[in-house]
Amino acid sequence: MSDLRLGIDVGGTNVDAVIMDADDRLLAKTKQLTTADVTGGIDAALQAVLQAPGIDRARITHVMLGTTHATNAVIERRNLNRVAVVRIGAPSTTAIRPLFTWPDDLRRAVSAGETIIGGGIEFDGREIVPLDVDGLRRFLAPLAGTIDGVALTSVFASVSERHELEAEQIVHEELGEDVHVSLSHEIGSLGILERENATVLNSALVAVAAEVSSALDSALRSQGLDAATFFAQNDGTLMAIDYALRYPVLTIGSGPANSIRGAAFLSGAQEALVADVGGTSTDVGVLVNGFPRESSAAVEIGGIRTNFRMPDLVAIAVGGGSVLTGSDGAVTVGPRSVAHGLTERALVFGGDVPTLTDAAVADGRAAIGTRAPPDGLRSLLAAGLRRAEQSFAEAVDMIKTARGDRPLIVVGGGGVLVPERVPGVSELIRPEHHDVANAVGAAIASVSAQVDRVFQFGAGGRAAAVDEATRLAREQAVRAGARADEVEIVEVEELPLAYLNVPAVRMRVKAAGPLSSV
Amino acid sequence: MQSTMQIDADVLPALARGCSVLGAGGGGDVYTGLLAATQAIQTHGPVAAVDLDELPDDGLVMPCGYIGAPTVSIEKLGSAMEGKWLKAGLERRLDGQVVALMPAEIGGSNGLQPIGWAASLRLPVTDADGMGRAFPEVPQVTMEIAGVDPAPSVLTDERGNHLTIEARDGRWMERIARTLSVEFGGRAASTEYVMTVAQAREATARGTVTLATRIGKAMLEADEPIEALAAELALRRLIEGKVVDVERRVTGGFVRGAAVVEGLRHDAGRLMRLEIQNENLVALEDGVVRAMVPDIIAVLDTHTGAPVHTERLRYGQRVTCVAFPCDPIWRTPRGIELAGPRAFGYEFDYIPIEELQ
Repeated sequence: MSDLRLGIDVGGTNVDAVIMDADDRLLAKTKQLTTADVTGGIDAALQAVLQAPGIDRARITHVMLGTTHATNAVIERRNLNRVAVVRIGAPSTTAIRPLFTWPDDLRRAVSAGETIIGGGIEFDGREIVPLDVDGLRRFLAPLAGTIDGVALTSVFASVSERHELEAEQIVHEELGEDVHVSLSHEIGSLGILERENATVLNSALVAVAAEVSSALDSALRSQGLDAATFFAQNDGTLMAIDYALRYPVLTIGSGPANSIRGAAFLSGAQEALVADVGGTSTDVGVLVNGFPRESSAAVEIGGIRTNFRMPDLVAIAVGGGSVLTGSDGAVTVGPRSVAHGLTERALVFGGDVPTLTDAAVADGRAAIGTRAPPDGLRSLLAAGLRRAEQSFAEAVDMIKTARGDRPLIVVGGGGVLVPERVPGVSELIRPEHHDVANAVGAAIASVSAQVDRVFQFGAGGRAAAVDEATRLAREQAVRAGARADEVEIVEVEELPLAYLNVPAVRMRVKAAGPLSSV
Repeated sequence: MQSTMQIDADVLPALARGCSVLGAGGGGDVYTGLLAATQAIQTHGPVAAVDLDELPDDGLVMPCGYIGAPTVSIEKLGSAMEGKWLKAGLERRLDGQVVALMPAEIGGSNGLQPIGWAASLRLPVTDADGMGRAFPEVPQVTMEIAGVDPAPSVLTDERGNHLTIEARDGRWMERIARTLSVEFGGRAASTEYVMTVAQAREATARGTVTLATRIGKAMLEADEPIEALAAELALRRLIEGKVVDVERRVTGGFVRGAAVVEGLRHDAGRLMRLEIQNENLVALEDGVVRAMVPDIIAVLDTHTGAPVHTERLRYGQRVTCVAFPCDPIWRTPRGIELAGPRAFGYEFDYIPIEELQ
């Protein structure tokens, strides 16, 4: 029988791995420490989870990986490709040059040169000016042989991609078929600066993705696994490996999305709030129709503003290792955490730092450690726990979009810190295997795609625009690896354009479906 | 000529924050305006913000900014040539020389765009603007109060298509400009209500560029930004609380709606309703008006002090609503007629914030 899936999630502290069967039963799980090279931690987690009793590794057909490789590469400016940055947007965007807000060292590490050439599209689909083909050739010619990729970003590429596609042809004519080309309409949404940043980062990360992919392949081979591999992306869905190699930037920030999706799966809920309580911080997100609600605010990656599809989160610096300071009259929780040092520095492990874990033990909610917290600190611990509970309640309230009580799913190692009753919460759900919710999220993920562009109502009116948007979203989901006959539209959002006296609307449509070969 | 203030790249973030507060919830996101002004100043050098008393009486002041859809502004960033084309268009039509640019609207992104254009023209900006805040419509400017003719006005796109319009009044200018801005691709740079320095001294909200910079600087440097703002302005704290309801719809090109803020901490038990048309228009508590246009009502993030744009209001946000007096020119009969509560469809008279409970 070939029916098992292996999900891996690489976090800042732990690498979690799970094995699940065709009926979505969890057969094995492990938690290993993350290593500096990341890959070592993945190896260790693979080895541990495969050694669980009753696991026949020959039955594993799919491996899903959510990893921090790409994030780390950007933050550490390591292993990044050399990219020629081309904006198709003169004269309509020359007031702000490409990479204007990038830190100098990152710009030096990535950019082989930047230009703004003539071209671009209006919101209604007209050409702003024709594409400056000669200008593009003049910019590219001297770069031949010195760069790894080209990032192309056109004005309103989300309305029409034609200038980007035309420019892509020219890049291949000038620099050959092997040079990687990232096209902004395939990566970002509205907002040219953020989309351009994401497109350039994408180009820069192509080698990193290739390296992770081959490291994963060899790790799997050395374990005797022959499985199809997928990468988790930042909206909680999967990409087939060839898609991930083309869009590596989308693997950034898959962790929170995975834990929200995992929480949904483990609890069976489709509409709920989710709190992922870790050692240093807690992320509270929202599950809508089985998917994380996405943030509308700009997301920064390594100091670069982008417009990725990231889950909408309220993050608070409260977790199991949060340090309590002050007196019981005016206690402060965090933001400092003992993190990995919990088992040496917390009071219940004989250390001298009062933490929230100590508070949970003193309160009788948790039974860990080697000794009881000292009596003299009990009132401080109790006050700290109350303060933390207030923070949870506030975070839960802030993430909601409307009044009314909602269920709250609690996952993550620090889940005991959340009390049974939280204001604004109708029901508290602590699912089994909550400690590996993120790896579960990777293992059960479906494949999705999103369309975000401006439509002007033509002859068919609004209905035709909605049809067009949903058709595009479905097609993209299938290209990303979803089963064509089971792709569903999971989200449609319309935003009319203000201050215009012609009907135009920005439409975001998301389609998702199960993996095509499970 | 002695300048009131030198605007260099380091000053811009403070100016941007101040413009955002003065936007009264509208005026568009200042981010791209801030970057464009920064690039222009890095390229051409700093811009002087000068008091109108220090400019020659018969020099021309060019009020300018963008008109059109904010969504377009996040794709079409501008060519940085717009200011030159506006000025050239005006000077072809008029005798006299433009001696300074002026933000038509200090509130929001239009407070910053003219700074970049002034840098590339190597001209100063006036320490004054046409609103002292943000408003949705072309004729809702202080120059209209003072009887300045909106014509000739010039509209340009980023390609250099520009035309001079002789509209018979501000309303017609508004209609023509909106239609043209669609043809230009959803947005146009424009100048209208050009005037002499002598006229501008009586027809503008004065000191607003330095005011925006001062309040922005105070807020950015303070640990308690709302306290810092209170130290700079006659600030009325309307309520500290959280947003518990938001309704929004787009009609006739405008975002209309309301938000309800429920009091927290010392304001627990109170409810404040903010009514919105692009900007925050009126604050009501138990049916009683607590603040109203043209006074400025701003919604600030309680922790960071960052102004919350009306399009970004959302359930659960911790906010502090504040109000402060508009420029005195709005409190004249003609000013109240143009931008008082009745101009926005309310059936009550304007009462200054200082006289409200």
